[in-house]
Amino acid sequence: MRECRGGIPGKTRPDAEKTRKILLVGNPNVGKSVLFNALTGAYSTVSNYPGTSVDVITGKAKLRSGPAEIVDTPGIYSLMPITGEERVARRILLENPGALVIHVIDARNLERMLAMTIQLIEAGLFVILVVNILDEAKRLGIRIDLAALERRLGIPVVGAVMKRKEGLRELRKAIDSYERDLAGPFPYSSQVEGDIGQVEELFKGSYTLSRRALALLLLQRDEEIADLVRREEKENYRIIETRVRELAYLRRGTFQLDLSLERKRLVSEIIKDVLVYTKRPGDDLAARISRLTIHPLLGIPLLAAIIYFGIYQFVGVFGAGVLVDLIEGGLFEGIINPWFEKTARLLIPWPLLEELFTGEYGLVTFALRYAFGIILPIVVTFFLFFSVLEDSGYFPRLALLSDRVFKVIGLSGRAVLPLVIGFGCGTMATVVTRTLETRRERIIATLLIALAIPCSAQLGVIVALLAQTKGALIVWAATVALVFLLVGLLTARVLPGREPIFYLEIPPLRLPQLSNILIKTLSRIKWYLLEILPIFLLVSVLMWFGKTIDVFHYLTRGAYFFLRYLDLPEESAVAFILGFFRRDYGAAGLYDLKSQGILDPRQLAVAAVTLTLFVPCVAQFMIMLKERGVMAASAIFLFVTLIAFGVGALANQALIYTGWL
Amino acid sequence: MKLSDRAEEILEALWLASEAGLNYLEMDEGEAFPPDLAYEELQRLALIEIRERRVYFRPEGREEGKRTIRRHRLAERLLMDILNIRGTRGDEKACQFEHLLREGVDSKICTILNHPATCPHGKEIPPGDCCLEARTKGDLGVVPLTELQAEEQGEIAYIQTEDNQKLRKLMAMGVLPGTEIKMIQNFPTYVFQLGFSEFAVDSQMAREIFVRKG
Repeated sequence: MRECRGGIPGKTRPDAEKTRKILLVGNPNVGKSVLFNALTGAYSTVSNYPGTSVDVITGKAKLRSGPAEIVDTPGIYSLMPITGEERVARRILLENPGALVIHVIDARNLERMLAMTIQLIEAGLFVILVVNILDEAKRLGIRIDLAALERRLGIPVVGAVMKRKEGLRELRKAIDSYERDLAGPFPYSSQVEGDIGQVEELFKGSYTLSRRALALLLLQRDEEIADLVRREEKENYRIIETRVRELAYLRRGTFQLDLSLERKRLVSEIIKDVLVYTKRPGDDLAARISRLTIHPLLGIPLLAAIIYFGIYQFVGVFGAGVLVDLIEGGLFEGIINPWFEKTARLLIPWPLLEELFTGEYGLVTFALRYAFGIILPIVVTFFLFFSVLEDSGYFPRLALLSDRVFKVIGLSGRAVLPLVIGFGCGTMATVVTRTLETRRERIIATLLIALAIPCSAQLGVIVALLAQTKGALIVWAATVALVFLLVGLLTARVLPGREPIFYLEIPPLRLPQLSNILIKTLSRIKWYLLEILPIFLLVSVLMWFGKTIDVFHYLTRGAYFFLRYLDLPEESAVAFILGFFRRDYGAAGLYDLKSQGILDPRQLAVAAVTLTLFVPCVAQFMIMLKERGVMAASAIFLFVTLIAFGVGALANQALIYTGWL
Repeated sequence: MKLSDRAEEILEALWLASEAGLNYLEMDEGEAFPPDLAYEELQRLALIEIRERRVYFRPEGREEGKRTIRRHRLAERLLMDILNIRGTRGDEKACQFEHLLREGVDSKICTILNHPATCPHGKEIPPGDCCLEARTKGDLGVVPLTELQAEEQGEIAYIQTEDNQKLRKLMAMGVLPGTEIKMIQNFPTYVFQLGFSEFAVDSQMAREIFVRKG
C-alpha cells in the first residue's frame, strides 16, 4: 500500500517546542465529548467562537510529555464545510498549524468516516485516528484489523471504547510519541491528479493545510479557502484563480461528485481485508426499539409519556414545586434573607443603599433569591432531563416525527428542540435556535418563542389564575395556539429566503451514562448562571433605581394608554410592566388583582392572553439582541407588542360580542 | 419504415380517435385540395384505408400508430421530466421532438425514463419491447427514493439536484452512487439506512436521490 502511494519515505512529527494543542474532530455522535472529558477531566470552558454563535469547548490535559490544550470542535463531515458549525471546526484546523488532530470515528461506520481521515491526512495534518465504539461494532459482527489499518493509513490508529475509557492509555501514548509517515498522499485518478498538479504548482505562500488539499478545495469552489489563498498569494492569486476557473469549467457539474466517488474507492481499497462484516445490520433488539420510537403512530404516545413524566412531573412538579419551596421558601425566606436584612441594617447607614441590597428589588433579596431560589432548581431539573434525552439520542427522532408539521410554519423538524425548551425557559430556547440551519428559520423560531410560547414560570401562574374561571383557560389556550399557527403561517410566507430542508443523522439509541449527564448538566448550569446572573443583577439595580425616582409611574401611565383599548383597569398596567422584568411576576400581579375583585372573567382572559403574547422577560430580550442582532430583535419586539395588544383588543371585542365570558 | 412527419401525425390523430371510441377519422375537407400526399403515402404502405372520406386503420397501421403515439408521449415525458420544458411550449416542442425518436432511440429514452406508463396528460403510453423485456426480467428500474416502501432496498444510482449545497450535504452523509440503501420508514419523513447509520430526510431531498431497486 505504501509503495503505491508514491511518497517520500520517512517520518514526521509536530514541533514539540510549541505549546501543544490537540484538536478533536469528527462527525457528530461519535463520542468526541466523552473522549474530551476522559482526556481533560471535567475542567472545561465553553466559549463562543469569535464572530459566530458556535460554542467551542476547551480544556487542559496533563500528558507525560507535558501539558496540552484540548479543543473539542463542532461536528464536521468533510473538510469542505456546509453549515456554520462545520466552518468553525475547519477554521480551528486552519488556525492551529502544528497541532495534533485526533480524528474520532464510529467503528460501525468506519467505511463512511474514513473518507474524512483521508482528507485530513492529505492535508498534511498530524492525525491520530481513534476508532471508537468498538464494543458495539463487535456486537454487530464487525471485525476491524487495526494494525493493518495503521499500516495502510500511515498514521497511529487507536481502537477505543471511550465511555469505559478503554483505549485511553494507548491514545495518551500515541500522543506522547507521535509520528506519522511523511509519505505522500493517496492517489486519485490521473485526471483528478492532473487537475491538482496544475493548481498546486502555482502556489507560492505557506499554509497550514497542504497545497494538495488547498488545490482540491479551490477546485470545489470553496469561497473561504479562496479568500485565504488570495490574502496569502497577493498578485499571484489572479493566475491561480484563472486556472481554477478553467479547470472548474472543464469538470463542471461533476467534480465534487467525482471526488467523493474517488475517495469512496480509496477507502474501499484501504479497508479491503481490514474490515469484515459477519452479520447483516439492523435486526437486533436496539434496532427494533429504535424503530418504535420513530413509528408515526406509536411514537406519539411515547412522546406524550416523555413530556408528561419528564417536563410536567420532574421539572414542573418536582423542580418548580418541591425544590423551589425548599430553596426559595426555606433557605432564602427563612435563613438567607433575614440574615442579610439584619446585617444590612447594622452596617449600612443609608436606607436607600440598604434598599439596593435587601429591599423589594434588592440584589440579595430579589436577584440572588430569584436566580438561585427559583430559576436554579427549574433549570437544574430541566437540564438533567434534557441531558438524559440528548444522550439517549431521542431528539433527532422527535425532529423527524415533527418535521412535516413544522414545515407548515416555515421551520424544519430541527426546530422542535428550541420550541420544546421554550416551555421550560424562553431565554434558553432563544440560545438554542442556533442549531437551526438558516437565518430565516432562526428568526421565525425566535419570534414564535417570544410571542406564543409561555415559559414554565408563566405557565404555572396562568393556569392557576384561570383554572377557577369556567372556560377562561380554554379561551386563553385556543387564542394563543391560534396566534402561534397564524403568525407561523404568515411569516413562512412573508419572510424572504428558501424553504428549510430537513436532513439529520439518526444516532443509535444509547443508555445515557450518569457521569456524562452530570458533567454536561454541570457545565450547562455554569454557563447559564454566568449568562443569566449578570442580567438579574442589572435588572435589580434598574428596578431599584426606577423605584427610587418613580419612573414606574410613567411607564405604568404609558402602558395604560394601550390597555384602555382592552377594557383593562389602570391597576393592571403594573402587572404588564413587571411582567417584562419577571415573566411570572406579571401573571402573579394579575392574580392579586383578581383576588381583589378588580378583574372580571372576561378581563382576566384578555389580560392573560395579552400578557402571554407580550414580550417575554428582559433576559430573553437581551439574548434576542445578542443572538439575532439589534435590527431583527427590535423588529421582533415591535411586532410582538403590536400582536399582543392587537389580539388582546380583538379577543375582548369577540368576547363582548359572543358573551362567552 | 420511415414515414413523413405529416403521415405520422395522421396516424396519431387516428389513434386518438380510436382511444375516444371512434374507429375512423373524418378526412379534413381542406386537405382534399391540393391532395394531401400523406394520405396517399399511408394508403400505399397499406397502413390505412379510406372509405367515403373516412380514414380507417388497417391492422399494420394500428401497430404503426401505436409506435407513433408512444414516441409522442415519450417525447412529452422527456421534455417535462428531464428537460423541464412545460406548458404549451412543451407541447409544441414534443410535436417536433417525437419525430427524432425513431429507430430504437425511443427504447433508449424509455429506459432512461424507467418505462413510464402514462404521458404528462395522464394518457397511456403503449408499452414497447423494452418495457415488456424489463417486466419479464423483473428489472424494477431506477426510481426516486420516495417510491421505496419500508424495508425495500436498493443501490443508489444517481443524485439529481440543481442545488450544489444539497448535493454536498447528501455526499457528506455518504449518499453516493453505488452505495447500498435500505428504506426504514417513509412517513412522516423518509428514514433510510446506509451501512450502519440511519438518516432522515424530507421529501424534497428524497425526491432527488435515485435508487436502483433490487
